[in-house]
Amino acid sequence: MDWDIVIGLEVHVQLNTKTKAFCACKVSYGDPPNTHVCPVCLGYPGSLPVLNRAVVDSAIKLGLATHCRIREYNTFARKNYFYPDLPKGYQISQYKDPICYEGYVDIAVRGEQKRIGLTRIHIEEDAGKSMHGEDGTLVDLNRCGTPLLEIVSEPDIHAPEEAYTYLNTLKQIVRYTGISDCNMEEGSMRCDANISIKPKGRKALGTRTELKNMNSFRNVERALKYEAERQRKVLESGAAVTQQTLLWDEQSNQTKAMRSKEDSHDYRYFPEPDLSPLRIDDAWIGRIRSSLPELPDARKKRFTELYGLTEEDAALLSSEKEIADYFENSLQTFNNPRLTGNWVKNEILRILSESGKSAAESPVTPAALAGLLQFLHNNTITPQTAKTVLDEMAATGKAAADIIRDKGLEQISDSSELESLIETILKENPAECERYRGGETKLLAFFIGQVMRGTKGKADQTLTRKILEKKLG
Amino acid sequence: MPETIRRFLDACRENKALNTMITVNEAGLRQEYAAQKSRKGLLSGKLIIIKDNINVKGLPCSCGSRFLKDYIAPYDAHVIERIREAGGLIAGKANMDEFAMGSSTEYSAFGPTLNPVNPEHVPGGSSGGSAAAVAAGLSDYALGSDTGGSIRQPASFCGVVGLKPTYGRVSRYGLTAFASSLDQIGPLTRTVRQSAELLQVIAGKDARDATSSDIPVDDYLSALERDEVQSIGVPFHLLQEGLDPEVKVRFDETVALLKKQGKQVLDVSLPHLKYSIAVYYILATAEASSNLARFDGIRYGARQSREAESINEFYSQNREYGFGAEVKRRIMLGTYVLSSGYYDAYYARAQKVRRLIHDDFQKAFREADVLLLPTCPVLPFKLGEHVDDPLAMYLSDIFTVSVNIAGIPGISVPAGSSDTGLPVGVQILGNLYQEGRILQLGQTLESLR
Repeated sequence: MDWDIVIGLEVHVQLNTKTKAFCACKVSYGDPPNTHVCPVCLGYPGSLPVLNRAVVDSAIKLGLATHCRIREYNTFARKNYFYPDLPKGYQISQYKDPICYEGYVDIAVRGEQKRIGLTRIHIEEDAGKSMHGEDGTLVDLNRCGTPLLEIVSEPDIHAPEEAYTYLNTLKQIVRYTGISDCNMEEGSMRCDANISIKPKGRKALGTRTELKNMNSFRNVERALKYEAERQRKVLESGAAVTQQTLLWDEQSNQTKAMRSKEDSHDYRYFPEPDLSPLRIDDAWIGRIRSSLPELPDARKKRFTELYGLTEEDAALLSSEKEIADYFENSLQTFNNPRLTGNWVKNEILRILSESGKSAAESPVTPAALAGLLQFLHNNTITPQTAKTVLDEMAATGKAAADIIRDKGLEQISDSSELESLIETILKENPAECERYRGGETKLLAFFIGQVMRGTKGKADQTLTRKILEKKLG
Repeated sequence: MPETIRRFLDACRENKALNTMITVNEAGLRQEYAAQKSRKGLLSGKLIIIKDNINVKGLPCSCGSRFLKDYIAPYDAHVIERIREAGGLIAGKANMDEFAMGSSTEYSAFGPTLNPVNPEHVPGGSSGGSAAAVAAGLSDYALGSDTGGSIRQPASFCGVVGLKPTYGRVSRYGLTAFASSLDQIGPLTRTVRQSAELLQVIAGKDARDATSSDIPVDDYLSALERDEVQSIGVPFHLLQEGLDPEVKVRFDETVALLKKQGKQVLDVSLPHLKYSIAVYYILATAEASSNLARFDGIRYGARQSREAESINEFYSQNREYGFGAEVKRRIMLGTYVLSSGYYDAYYARAQKVRRLIHDDFQKAFREADVLLLPTCPVLPFKLGEHVDDPLAMYLSDIFTVSVNIAGIPGISVPAGSSDTGLPVGVQILGNLYQEGRILQLGQTLESLR
């Protein structure tokens, strides 16, 4: 039997606001335990939460970027449960009225666009961290009260690969808006999944399971694949799927059931009486809208239309806002989109990954790259020289012009100089000349290589080829 | 030692048997005096007794609970900062029903407070320690908190003045929460003027309490000189039954006195008030069940066993040991009404009725400038009389809880005594932010006695 897979994802994104959601403590990562805490986030008796409006800004930003409706009257709710890293015994969250709702994200699946609906995006505060050791459990409350957005998708995802693409697309959008760095390893982006399967074409949904503990997008995909297959086997054996929460075990590549007790929460949601309702008026939304950057989809489209880039190059260059900004900033100085695009895509990304830096902190500035590419474009240097110069620019921070002048790297385009060099090379390699003339024309590359070696890569390639063909012909 | 401090400490010793105080700030008072001496303010040199659920940095804040018996507050409540700025001195912490849940101050882990007027009777609650301390003459000024009558009812039982401000008038920052949407801090004092002074100091916007209001604070002392109240609404339909005859006599007397002053007394209707006990015990317990979840013994407070089998058993042991019966009862009630499947039937419904009660009051205030009610339908009861009958105690809150539900201000002022000498109080209710008006009429009544 054929089966349809139905997947819904719940993504938590940790916001990079300066301070926590309901107190003035700094949002931090990796600092010594319990150093960013106060009576409010520690839940001391008598302390009260005060909403950080920057959190609302971030929520509106993401809501607008994902085509959501923004709610005018917002309330907060308490989600009650006991846990050692939850000092108040409840999380402040939103329940019935999420700040953003009815949005969507478009993803590209096998060359086609697919729309994934968003049910809601709501604000909530993070809990602390429990560290379980041999001697007991230690609690670090630095993270406690850090603002989160929870993004819940409609059950529009029908394959584990789509889930992977959706997560990447969502991450791209979130990073474009600048509200989070979405680092799954540091926990600033987390994902839980719901999955069920049903006989192909049937309307009614099957029993779903919830998957947790996936620490990368690939693991989300793997866990979903595993779970879809597991459910298929269960159903085909005539048994029924049990509704439960499963943990992905990275070691064994399997989903494993949580103890049922941990799964039986009744959160007793009710309106948070310590916060007054929050009204978001059109002016507020307008202010956020005008601060939104161009989003990845639009930028990609513009890159193909305005600069004539291929779909693939445009997608790559618009994947991160910083890279796209780098590319366009470089064009400000030297407007040659295809050449610049190629160099950003191949060389700059390599340098960034080698140096571990982001595009915004690139050792070669966009203007410096443009400077280099101008020399390349007007044939002052060869492509090979350009790569050497770029590496030196990255290492020393010097301008292309200085390196080229100091090292005498200008391209050799003087035909008499090249001709005499080629004469010598041909004399030194009589056997190869013979073979070439005997029809082995691919040896041309060998001769070009020799010329390049003799000129340290500075020879004008087109001219070299022309002279070689003439002399060997 | 300054005379005022010596007198207070003497009074504490003389009245020890009343058990009004949990902590006397004996060591801190002299420092406070030295620090405050030069400050000129409305409370300059005055000693203020603080209910033990309001945090004062460095002093225990037990909330009358075994759970927090050894808990030292790490910061000052907003009202404490304000009192110090006005030159007041923090005298100590007063006894109370555990976590402000009770109407008799019998549910304190530190033993009951006795009524100074007659020690066989309760002082009311939950701010019974504050009320009794003022009545016994320890100080003329105390702070209490009022969630369903916890300032006004003990004021009435002890023959002092107690005011619950409009919800949002006084910052709750530093008040250990019982029911966040109902709690307000307010004064318990010997005279109405003293209540006006203390309220003047503590009222106003505080950025740390999102529910505190930025509506400008009235000048309550000059309000005492105004004469704004022409008409007084009395919901006579609520006084037909369930009222102690002696309370009824004192109340009728008060009405007659006001008429004699030329005030117009109108019959007003509050048709939904009869549901207020039910609404209150759903909303207050629901909020309390969540507010008290933080008392788990992980970071502070009672920690009973290191041998627990599981984290849930650890919590249970700490909470079993740390909380008294009334607190457990209310946590269970509140947990129940919020449970999945019951929310709509209880909490959501109670919210709707809350709105109706609010609307009743708004309608009544379109007809009358203020409303007048007995503070409590019964006389101060004897110690132990209601301990085993919590429902009877809940029902005696009928006239006070509706005021918290509607968020309006109310003041209880003495209205004479019963034949056996037990105090009776009457309650003046004003519309939102009309503390000035009810203080003024309260002072009129005070002057007529």
